[in-house]
Amino acid sequence: MNIESPIREPLILGDKSYHQITEDIVKPIEGRANKMWYLVFTISAMTALWGLGLIFYTFGTGIGVWGLNKTVGWAWDITNFVWWIGIGHAGTLISAVLLLFRQKWRMAINRSAEAMTIFAVICAATFPGIHVGRVWVVYWFFPLPNEFGSLWVNFNSPLLWDLFAISTYFSVSLGFWYIGLIPDFATVRDRQIIPFMRKIYKIVSFGWSGTVKQWQRFEEVSLVLAGLSTPLVLSVHTIVSMDFATSVIPGWHTTIFPPYFVAGAIFSGFAMVSTLLLIMRKVLNLEEYITINHMESMNKIIMLTGSIVGVAYITELVMAWYSGVQYEHYAFLNRATGPYWWAYWSMMSCNVISPQLFWIKKIRRSLMWSFFLSIIVNIGMWFERFVIIVTSLHRDYVPSSWTMFYPTWVDVGIFVGTLGIFFTLFLLFSRAFPVIAIAETKSILKQSGDAWKKKTEPDYEKMGTAEHHH
Amino acid sequence: MSKKEHSKTILAVFNDPDETKAAAQSLVDKGIKIREIYCPFPIHGIDKVLGVKATRVSTIAFFYGATGTFLALLMIWYMNISDWAMDIGGKPAFSLSQNLPAYIPITFELTVLISAHLMNFTYLFTSRLFPGLNNMNPDPRSTDDKFVMEIVLDDNKKVSADDIKGMLSQTKVAEVNDSHLLYKD
Repeated sequence: MNIESPIREPLILGDKSYHQITEDIVKPIEGRANKMWYLVFTISAMTALWGLGLIFYTFGTGIGVWGLNKTVGWAWDITNFVWWIGIGHAGTLISAVLLLFRQKWRMAINRSAEAMTIFAVICAATFPGIHVGRVWVVYWFFPLPNEFGSLWVNFNSPLLWDLFAISTYFSVSLGFWYIGLIPDFATVRDRQIIPFMRKIYKIVSFGWSGTVKQWQRFEEVSLVLAGLSTPLVLSVHTIVSMDFATSVIPGWHTTIFPPYFVAGAIFSGFAMVSTLLLIMRKVLNLEEYITINHMESMNKIIMLTGSIVGVAYITELVMAWYSGVQYEHYAFLNRATGPYWWAYWSMMSCNVISPQLFWIKKIRRSLMWSFFLSIIVNIGMWFERFVIIVTSLHRDYVPSSWTMFYPTWVDVGIFVGTLGIFFTLFLLFSRAFPVIAIAETKSILKQSGDAWKKKTEPDYEKMGTAEHHH
Repeated sequence: MSKKEHSKTILAVFNDPDETKAAAQSLVDKGIKIREIYCPFPIHGIDKVLGVKATRVSTIAFFYGATGTFLALLMIWYMNISDWAMDIGGKPAFSLSQNLPAYIPITFELTVLISAHLMNFTYLFTSRLFPGLNNMNPDPRSTDDKFVMEIVLDDNKKVSADDIKGMLSQTKVAEVNDSHLLYKD
């Protein structure tokens, strides 16, 4: 039996039984969606279709419909790619790294964070796929001889590393997520009365029975997957950063990029998890599982990673100055004071200054503030990628080719479209999947549940320690 | 249709993981063989009580990973060095060892890819998990809030059903039900 210190706040509030946990988490699957869900779903699905339409418009007409020009060859496409892939990182961080650190608060949020990872990576992978222009030969990404002749892909290239990193990350995350879902699908299966529902959940639960051997292997597999996913998630954004860092463009050519990108990814990912969970806990009545305590823990991580990102920004400035290279000097001077100063200072204020508010406990534990700041951080991190990409490119070595980047309606439309895809998938997930890991949550009820903690807390008055008061 | 399929069993239903484990221990101490315990979530240490051997899935994952590393290097060596050595920026790919640093990222990714997926498939296969298979838990409540201990009478020929029920009554059992084995051994 595990007894947890009474000082630790309970992770499950209310007087819950194992059965009540099942009821609370399965309820959204069995009940009907309300009008609000249909409204938001319709808007998201329409936006997604709009984005898909614009992607096909891009295919048909060519990437000239984007705002790219001779000087700025990467802009919204890669900004969106890096932003989405960064958002995806929080899911793996929560499910893998927090598992290795035995952080039990992950259990209420890992399922939806992993779902978010998968949907974000789908959105991210869209952009490298469509930015190549000639999408009908996109299979050239893969290790095939060029046009089936003799020349192979270049294994020295970070762009190829990226392909392998993203594909591995997506498929391993999907596997990890599904392995965890099987027992919970079985829980849903075993309580269905409608034959159709029973049949569906029978198929997806793979015949799970919860035998001793199955659970033993399940736990081992989860642990090994966490061990594999942890270096994997770090490698993904490291490799994404190398798309830039291995080039010789001032503003990109820096060794600080890998850790700085990884910290930024965790930062933006946790912000997106906060945004989604704050809505989800309210809509699905899961406030007793995703508590203010959980939000506070996430806010602490946002504060920490925001500070790391801040240190990285300042390090970049110092290193540019210390390098003594005039092009480096100019790249950073131009970022802060050039025509894109507003993007740079939006990034600085959203990412470095705003999360510092989380030092104040009241703000850290306020739902309104958490929601507001999570949105601010998401905006800030989008600007970070925009600043890195566009401001480093738009004024190159030849002043006659200096230019500005203006997004077209297609650029904006495709980005908004990916938001639509993301929310459509997440809304479907919240209706058909157990959004909280049921089995894992039950396993901590007897040490981190509120009712259990009250029951097991030593009675200090009886013990004669009169000085101890609650 | 084996005879075992109709073997009579006792299903002892428990409400609590620790009580289940204590009861299993007391029965095992009395020489009773427990066929299975179906749980809604893992009870730590129950595998040792039932004498279930430790899983080797993590060991095999290591070997899958090593296979992945080898296959990745073999592929890269063949494509970029043996079949067509590319000369990029005046830096031709002459040998695997000289180019190794640039090949590490993809080697790592493929190690993880192959290790994770083959381990998942091994897990699903050995644990008898496949889309659409019938579940074996005899009581549907065992994926909700009940811990169901299955004792097959054929496994315990030296004692009678009443003896076992007597032993169970000394534990914190919630229900004792008669049943028969639902699946083939």
